[in-house]
Amino acid sequence: MAEPRTDNPTRSGPGRLLIAVYAIFALAACARSASQIATHFDRAPLAYLLSAFAAAVYVVATACLAAGTRASRRIAVVSCVVELVGVLAIGTSSLVAPSAFPDATVWSAFGMGYGFIPVALPVLGLLWIRHTAR
Amino acid sequence: MIDGLSPTLTWVAVGAAVWALVLVLINRPLSLERVDSRAYLGLLALIELGLLAQAVLGFIKLANADHDVPALSYGGYLLGSLLILPVAVFWSLAERTRWGTAVLVIGALVIPVMIVRLDQVWTRG
Repeated sequence: MAEPRTDNPTRSGPGRLLIAVYAIFALAACARSASQIATHFDRAPLAYLLSAFAAAVYVVATACLAAGTRASRRIAVVSCVVELVGVLAIGTSSLVAPSAFPDATVWSAFGMGYGFIPVALPVLGLLWIRHTAR
Repeated sequence: MIDGLSPTLTWVAVGAAVWALVLVLINRPLSLERVDSRAYLGLLALIELGLLAQAVLGFIKLANADHDVPALSYGGYLLGSLLILPVAVFWSLAERTRWGTAVLVIGALVIPVMIVRLDQVWTRG
């Protein structure tokens, strides 16, 4: 099917939807970590710092995918890999050592609280960047 | 959650998501020249107005709360919900393909999720 394409392949087609979902996670993660850090940082400093880190990674990935330039795509690859490592590491350790995570992060239990989308997003992001590579 | 208004907004937003999903399935991107597309954007504008009313009523409710409510989270959800649809429409209209329309499905579905969270924040903190 010949659908009209914008000039930037990274943010066209499925990429447009992917970036939209990334943006929602960027907003959700930022809002969550901001409220955690502002109101009860002492309760679980490690979990909240990780939340803030995850939020920053989502923002970077969203912006770099949306920009879709050669350089920003490289940064997007890095942030997707960091995200994947993060969600796997935090997901596993939150199950193995739940006492270290008295409060949930976006990546706890592989993002179960968010319908496992956090574990799917970086994979889809990397696949999409590879798919649109020229 | 605001009695009456929030449940209504939830269902209307779900309806808007289903409408967009149908547009995705029959591959009929929005076009501002068509009446049905304009009606659809009108529906989204109506939801946005409802969300604005919810935010105003929500802050009044928060100010008169009879129990401890995490004000930052509650206010965050009230205000955050206002951002979703305008950004989704902007991002969607930049690409008039079925993928652009799919953005509206996701955007419309975020609204019910935020309203559910709003209710959870109110009752459970």
